[in-house]
Amino acid sequence: MAKALQDIGPREYQYGFHDVEDYVFKSKRGLSREVVEEISRLKGEPDWMLQLRLKALAIFERKPLPTWGADLREIDFDNIYYYIKPADRQGRTWDEVPQYIKDTFDKLGIPEAERKFLAGVSAQYESEVVYHSIREDLARQGVIFLDMDSGLREYPEIVKEYFGTVIPAADNKFAALNTAVWSGGSFIYVPKGVHVEIPLQAYFRINAENMGQFERTLIIADEGSSVHYIEGCTAPIYSSDSLHAAVVELIAHKNAKIRYTTIQNWSKNVYNLVTKRAVAYEGATVEWIDGNLGSKVTMKYPGVWLMGERAHAEILSVAFASDGMHQDAGAKVVHAAPNTTSNIVSKSISKGTGRTTYRGLVKVYPGAVNVRANVRCDALLIDETSRSDTYPYMEIEEEQVYIGHEASVSKLGEEQLFYLMSRGLTEQQAALMIVNGFIEPFTKELPLEYAVELNRLIQLEMSGSVG
Amino acid sequence: MSEQPFFEVRDLHAAVEGREILQGVNLTINRGEIHALMGPNGSGKSTLAYTLMGHPKYEVTAGEIWFRGENIVGLSPDERARRGMFLAFQYPVGIPGVPLATFLRTAIKARTGQEVSALEFRRRVREGLQRLKMDESFATRYLNEGFSGGEKKKAEVLQLALLRPQLAILDETDSGLDIDAIRIVADGVKQVLSPDMGVLLITHYENFLKHITPDYVHVLYRGRIVTSGGRELADRLQAEGYDPLLAELGLVEGTAAAAGGER
Repeated sequence: MAKALQDIGPREYQYGFHDVEDYVFKSKRGLSREVVEEISRLKGEPDWMLQLRLKALAIFERKPLPTWGADLREIDFDNIYYYIKPADRQGRTWDEVPQYIKDTFDKLGIPEAERKFLAGVSAQYESEVVYHSIREDLARQGVIFLDMDSGLREYPEIVKEYFGTVIPAADNKFAALNTAVWSGGSFIYVPKGVHVEIPLQAYFRINAENMGQFERTLIIADEGSSVHYIEGCTAPIYSSDSLHAAVVELIAHKNAKIRYTTIQNWSKNVYNLVTKRAVAYEGATVEWIDGNLGSKVTMKYPGVWLMGERAHAEILSVAFASDGMHQDAGAKVVHAAPNTTSNIVSKSISKGTGRTTYRGLVKVYPGAVNVRANVRCDALLIDETSRSDTYPYMEIEEEQVYIGHEASVSKLGEEQLFYLMSRGLTEQQAALMIVNGFIEPFTKELPLEYAVELNRLIQLEMSGSVG
Repeated sequence: MSEQPFFEVRDLHAAVEGREILQGVNLTINRGEIHALMGPNGSGKSTLAYTLMGHPKYEVTAGEIWFRGENIVGLSPDERARRGMFLAFQYPVGIPGVPLATFLRTAIKARTGQEVSALEFRRRVREGLQRLKMDESFATRYLNEGFSGGEKKKAEVLQLALLRPQLAILDETDSGLDIDAIRIVADGVKQVLSPDMGVLLITHYENFLKHITPDYVHVLYRGRIVTSGGRELADRLQAEGYDPLLAELGLVEGTAAAAGGER
């Protein structure tokens, strides 16, 4: 589907185009030094950012495709548009949106305006108004919440200090790619002692740019501050872009707290390869709440590097893979200081021919005494053809530590189904109840609206009436 | 009104994993009647309960089960439940992550086809918990997870009270309970009883029958009901055990002891 759309000739550009040069530029596919230079030039970036991009490009070209995770061999790097100016982003017609996406919108009761946005049909969404009033509240507290491009433009010194410090370009091939061609994403800075009460949502500053392929997000919580950021939504995001390689870097300074919630439901043509990592200093807490419901392939291992004493990491994830999907997800925690604690809970559900993989790392450096780390990964297989794998890695180089690991694999229990059905629930209702109970540790951490939407989506997936 | 009886089991044969356990069970229960089913371990009491409720592993190889004018063999467990059958399990299974209250609400809706208002629902649950001397916190605990044996049995009776079935099968609801709990559970069951309901009480213990007087007592042995009687039959079994009775009936001697006997 993605390829077919990209091959279609001149399309309607909703906002008109500005000059011939731009038109020629954005029609070009593939990645090269020129493309990267053009991106930086169009954005008016400082030279140091351009240099970062170019170095990253070289790394990207040098590094081989990883073979240890999901199968990435079908990604056609030469056939991708690495940058499209937001104003020129093609308007898709409603007719071109796949039926299963439209059906899901119906069933989830998504309002009309949102549907067109989510389907990439309209480039702008009226939450601009909501966004502006929230911005004023935040500005009063000294909180900075911008898209990444604006963040770089308005606060270059902050960006320069932190950009690439948590995830350097050389970390992996897709971090290198993102560093070379990133565009969009969120930039958040919370000053010392400020507690941001409302969750900040990517939704608030929605425009087509944010649905970009190579978002770069940077969140800095200064000492004693706290913030909760939410991205994504349960409604399927239809993207003709088949590769999404985002990078998210979080820095939680002393005694700060960052919670980052993601619900991802990309359409089934997307390769979703994300590098997310946080650094937590003394007494700080970072929580990743990560829901993976869509995409053809997801590879994502939210990580926390515990650098200061008494820092804490919490990684709670749910992966749901239905037919033809592979969710290769997990968590990474590195204990580089004493008295640090971490808790990883991973719940995966495979339905039909779906496949889920848990891949996790707990690493304890020498000297990191009195560490308590716990991992729990549970897999639920719904059908005979469903598949789940677990690859837990433990690299423990210190003796005075407490490490716990529990894993389970189960099917929908026959006795559980019978028990629920004996109370009048149909087999489908019973299966749904068991699945909801299975992911309850995750659902109870979500804001209510998300929990409700997630439940409805799971219900649709379980009844097999979507995609 | 159909001529068919309220509840009648006719020559029921059932097998599990290829082994035939029920070998021709005949039983009739009319509305308002309480029937006790006793018998040594291994005689097929729980098999009968599961077969009546439609557990997929239990295959009816011959015979019929008539309930409210319909032969329900072939109906799924939920179809039977919606027609008014209820089974209180001997070993209720846990469902992680599902709070008891959530489950109850869904079950009531499935059974009655109607939503109950949140207020009314809470009231009924609170009342039910109080009557069974269960702490209010049970409403938010995950269904049967971490419940003691006695608490699980009480939770079954709570469901019985809230779902108001027409035919209730209670599979050893008294087993594993201390004397006080037996009385509380028996009272809980008695409160639910009505002239419209039929009850099949599968039990070992005289204690339970001290609190609930059955109209009929049946003895199941090797997949067949071998004798029936009134209250005095239960008294006799309590006093003598199963062996003398089985001997009298000309059934194989000493088998009850070999199968573990009555507790």
